[in-house]
Amino acid sequence: MSVRAYVWQRGTAVVLVALVAVHLGMIFYATGKQLTAADILARTRGSVPWALFYGTFVVAAAVHASIGIQASLVEWLSLNRRAARIFGGCFGAALVALGLRAVAAVVL
Amino acid sequence: MMMRLDSRRAKPTWVAAFVHRVSGLALAIFLPVHFYVLGLALNGEAKFDGFLRWTDLPIVKLAEAGLVFLLVVHMLGGLRLLLLENSGWREGQAKLATSAGGISIVLAIVFLARVL
Repeated sequence: MSVRAYVWQRGTAVVLVALVAVHLGMIFYATGKQLTAADILARTRGSVPWALFYGTFVVAAAVHASIGIQASLVEWLSLNRRAARIFGGCFGAALVALGLRAVAAVVL
Repeated sequence: MMMRLDSRRAKPTWVAAFVHRVSGLALAIFLPVHFYVLGLALNGEAKFDGFLRWTDLPIVKLAEAGLVFLLVVHMLGGLRLLLLENSGWREGQAKLATSAGGISIVLAIVFLARVL
């Protein structure tokens, strides 16, 4: 792993620890209250804070997963670094696209 | 950190590193599916609600509890790694790693008890 990838991996990890903790709290809250889709969407639609929260979550998770996958491909499947970087980059870009679409679906 | 599969290294911290890697990969595979399902809300609440009703099946609840375990164990494993790398905290790492696994299992069971 390059120094740049290492810094991005650990930097996004710091952000994700806080975001995952809040997300887990939301999961336990929603399941405890047995919320329906309408209940969930009523809380998230039109909410700028939730859009920012989950938008940040998607980008950080995509960067973090992209780098993690690259490391796994090199170390476990002995893929060369260039191929791993291309695959990881494409995977990360797909995650950002799908993730931001999901955020739009629940906040717009 | 270079990590290769080797069962002879079955120390708690190596197991923790292995679980961290596998849980991260599993979450990366799950994320596109999760985002796709949330995207269903774009096509109206009925479709989204239909999916949520499918998630009422006990086997799906069990899988969701597995995802809660993966998310918690990956987060706590990452937190331990960040502390290890940035604070120089070297003592009791095996205990910390074991505790992270224990907390993850307990939270997954609590989640399952709430949704079943």
